[in-house]
Amino acid sequence: MRYVTYLFIGILFGIIMYKSEAASWFRIYEMFQFGAFHMYGLMGSAVLLGIVGVKIIKKKNIEPIDGDEMSLEPKNKSVTRYLVGGIVFGLGWALAGVCPGPMYVLAGAGYISIFVVLCGALIGTLIYGVLRKKLPH
Amino acid sequence: MNLIYDPWAWYVGGPLIALVLFLLLFAGKQFGMSSNLRTACAAVGAEKVADYFKYDWKSKRWNLMVVLGAAIGGFIASYYMSNSTVEINPEVAQQLAADYNITSAGEQYLPSEIFSLDALGEPFTIFILLLGGILVGFGARYAGGCTSGHGISGLSNLQLPSLIAVIGFFIGGLVMVHLLYPLIFG
Repeated sequence: MRYVTYLFIGILFGIIMYKSEAASWFRIYEMFQFGAFHMYGLMGSAVLLGIVGVKIIKKKNIEPIDGDEMSLEPKNKSVTRYLVGGIVFGLGWALAGVCPGPMYVLAGAGYISIFVVLCGALIGTLIYGVLRKKLPH
Repeated sequence: MNLIYDPWAWYVGGPLIALVLFLLLFAGKQFGMSSNLRTACAAVGAEKVADYFKYDWKSKRWNLMVVLGAAIGGFIASYYMSNSTVEINPEVAQQLAADYNITSAGEQYLPSEIFSLDALGEPFTIFILLLGGILVGFGARYAGGCTSGHGISGLSNLQLPSLIAVIGFFIGGLVMVHLLYPLIFG
């Protein structure tokens, strides 16, 4: 039953990504050219509502339906890993024109080429796993 | 305006993304779409090459359900709720055509010059897609999250590391589009 919930949330996410065009290469390119407000508005409004909602959750101590803690633990402090990792991610985001979520959305939409990107992402993850101890974090 | 068939404006999509964030929080999970890459590697036995994949990946299987759902959502949206064309700023579209011969803006969802099956016959295209994927996968795990994990979840929780990561995302993206695109595609 739990898994059905996650599946349903995923379906909703997939429809939103496709319909809001966040899964489109064109929108990503346009964003990095500062050609439209679309992507900034999309992320900005999601984050603004997110900040307000998370504040309310924390203030009122709202718990998830299964009674555990909300998954809002603070992240580890570091600059190197977030900045360098972030830049590498950004290079790939702009080169392939997709980030991890939309990859699956586009796979479902029938774009065969996206499986090459997905293979690359798995290889990249594997490379990180192997090099992890040698990288500054 | 036809809400089912027309593309959704940012003020429709943005709040709905926030809704997904809260649905996952209420289900006891955190919104993030790249950790499943680690789960997938671990599930096929990558612990043999690195300790990083030696963990209880079965506890993260919910992640794979979200991803499967995202693919189903993409199928439903593209086949039943969209004509799969994306209109971008006409100036950017013109510039794309002039600089890189990418002329499918306004006619396709993804540029057919890169994502069509014909284009996939070119080794250059495969190289670009594979390299893009590798950078995304490596970068997301190094930074500990992607556009959803840091960009939406982390920023909503006012995490400084997420802000640093998002700044990194944009530095990388701007460098790629403005400095490297002319070298790669020019």
